[in-house]
Amino acid sequence: MSNNKPLGQALREQGVSRRGFLKFCATTASLMALPPSMVPAIAKALESARRPSVIWLSFQECTGCTESLTRSHAPTLEGLIFDNISLDYHHTLQAASGEAAEAAREAAMEENKGKYLLVVDGSIPLGNPGYSTIAGISNLEMLEEVAEHAAAIIAVGTCAAYGGLPHANPNPTGAVSVEEIIKDKPIVNVPGCPPIPVVITGVLAHFLTFGKLPELDHLGRPLSFYGNNIHDRCYRRPFYDKGLFANTFDDEGAKKGWCLYKLGCKGPVTYNACATIKWNDGTSFPIEAGHGCLGCSEPNFWDMGGFYNALSESTMDLSKSAAVGIAAGAAAGAASGLLNRRKKSQAAAAHETVTVKDLTREEPS
Amino acid sequence: MNSAEFLLWVRGPGLNIALAIFLIGMLIRLLEIFMLGRKQNLAELRANGVSAGLRTIFSRSTPADKNSMRHSMFTFIAGYGFHIGLFVVIFLLTPHIQLIQSLLGFGWPALPTPVVDLFTVIALISLMALLWRRLTHPVVRYLSTPQDYLVWAATFVPLLTGYMSYHHLWFPYSWLLGMHILSVEFLLIIFPFTKLTHAFTLFISRWYTGMMAGEKGVAS
Repeated sequence: MSNNKPLGQALREQGVSRRGFLKFCATTASLMALPPSMVPAIAKALESARRPSVIWLSFQECTGCTESLTRSHAPTLEGLIFDNISLDYHHTLQAASGEAAEAAREAAMEENKGKYLLVVDGSIPLGNPGYSTIAGISNLEMLEEVAEHAAAIIAVGTCAAYGGLPHANPNPTGAVSVEEIIKDKPIVNVPGCPPIPVVITGVLAHFLTFGKLPELDHLGRPLSFYGNNIHDRCYRRPFYDKGLFANTFDDEGAKKGWCLYKLGCKGPVTYNACATIKWNDGTSFPIEAGHGCLGCSEPNFWDMGGFYNALSESTMDLSKSAAVGIAAGAAAGAASGLLNRRKKSQAAAAHETVTVKDLTREEPS
Repeated sequence: MNSAEFLLWVRGPGLNIALAIFLIGMLIRLLEIFMLGRKQNLAELRANGVSAGLRTIFSRSTPADKNSMRHSMFTFIAGYGFHIGLFVVIFLLTPHIQLIQSLLGFGWPALPTPVVDLFTVIALISLMALLWRRLTHPVVRYLSTPQDYLVWAATFVPLLTGYMSYHHLWFPYSWLLGMHILSVEFLLIIFPFTKLTHAFTLFISRWYTGMMAGEKGVAS
C-alpha cells in the first residue's frame, strides 16, 4: 500500500460520502466524550492525515481480533478506515508471504523509523521461544525488534493486553502481555475477546487527530471506551436493584429478561463499551442476547471462577478447606477441652482441706 | 499485581485461608466452653429449663425496662441501628446470599439493593456514633482496650468498602470489591480470637442463664 494518499481522498475513492465521513467523526467524538466543537478538528485531521504506517504483529492469538475488525458486518467506515491505514505488515491480511512479507516489515520499519504504529494481537510465550514463531523468529525477539522504533503500541485484544486465554491457568507457554515486556513505549490496551471494532478506529482517530494517545485508565485502556461499567450501563440493571433474577437460562426470569447476576454475569467488574455501543452495528450485546457477561476485557477473565458462577462466589472449591477447618478445629478444640478438664481434676485432687490447726494468728507486735 | 489478580486471590486462596482459620478458631472456642462442664445440680428442679432458656435467647434482645432504656437512649439506638443494619447487610443482600448458597447449598430471598443500601448507611452512622461516644465518654474511654478499636475497625471497613463498591466511589470497582472481600477475610480471621465471638457465645450464655433460672423457678 502506498503512503501518499490522504485518508479523506482514499475514503472518497471507496465511495464514502462526505456526510458519512462527518457522521463517523461526530460518532467518534461523542464516543470519546469530546465536545461537539471537536468534530471539525477530527474531520480535518482525518481528512488530511497521511495514513500512518502500521505494523501489525500477531502472536499467540486466534485471529478473532482481526476477524472482528475486518469482517464484523457489511463494510463500515470503521472497516474502511482500518483498511486504509497503511498496513505494511499483517501476516493474515497481506498478499505477500514468506521472505517477501518479512522484507515488507523491515522496509516499513526503516522508512518510518520512530513514526510507525505497532499493533499487537496475541500474547507472547516466554516458556519456550519455539511455542510461537514467525519466519523462524520468536515472538519475543520480533516484538522487541519492532517496538524499539515504534511511536506507540496498541495492544489489541485481551491476549496482547493482559495475556488472555494463553495466560489462563496453568499457562503452559508462559504467555505474557505486551506491557510486561515493553516498558519504554506508550502502550494502549484495547482488550476484549474480541474488542469492539469502533474502539480501535477510535484510538487510531484520536492518534491521528491529536498526535498522541488517549487518556488511559489504571489498566492502560482508553477511558473514553472503557470508562463505563457494564453493570452500571446494563439495561437489566433495574432488575438487579429490585432483586429480580434469572435462576436458570430457561426459567420465567430468563424469559422476562431479568438480571443474570446469579447465572455468573461478570458485568459488575467489567469495563467496556458493549452495553453502550453494542455489537454488529448497534444491534445487541451478550447480555441482551440472554447470556451473562464473561468479563472478556478484564485481565484473567478466563480464571474468574467459572463463567456460570456468580461473582460473589469463591473462585475455588471451599468445601475442602471448610472440611479441613472443621476437622482440625474439632480436634484442637477437643484436645484443649480435655486438657482443661485434666487441669481441673488435677486441681481438685491437689486440693488440701484447711483445718483450724493450719491457721495461725499473727500477733500484732 | 493488578486489580484482577488481586480479586482472584481474595476470592480464591484468601477466602479459603480465612474460612479455615475462622472454623478452626470458632470450634476451639466453642468446644472449650462446652467441655468445661458444670457441677451436677442436686436440687430438685422446679420446672423444665428448656422453654425458659429458649425464651431468654430472644427476650434479652428487647430492652429490659423503660428506665434503663431512657437512661442510655444513645447506646440503645446506635446499638440496635448497627446490629440490625449489619444483619440485613450480611444476610439479605443478593451477592452475599449467593455466596452462602454456594457454600451451604441453600439460600433465601433477598431484599432490593436500595433497601440494603439504606441499612448499610444506618449501620455505618451507628458505628461512627458509637466510636465517637467511646472516644468522648470518659468512663467508656477509660474502659476501652486496643482490641475494642481493632474490632470496631474490622467491622467498619467491610461495611465501608461494601458501600463504596456499590456506589463506585473514588477507586475502580474491582479494587474496591477486592478490598471489601479482603477486609471481610480479616474480620473472619480475627473473629474467633476477639470479643467478636459474642455473635455466637451470646446465645449460649443467654440460654444458660435462662435455663438455670427456669430450673429454679424464677424469672430470667
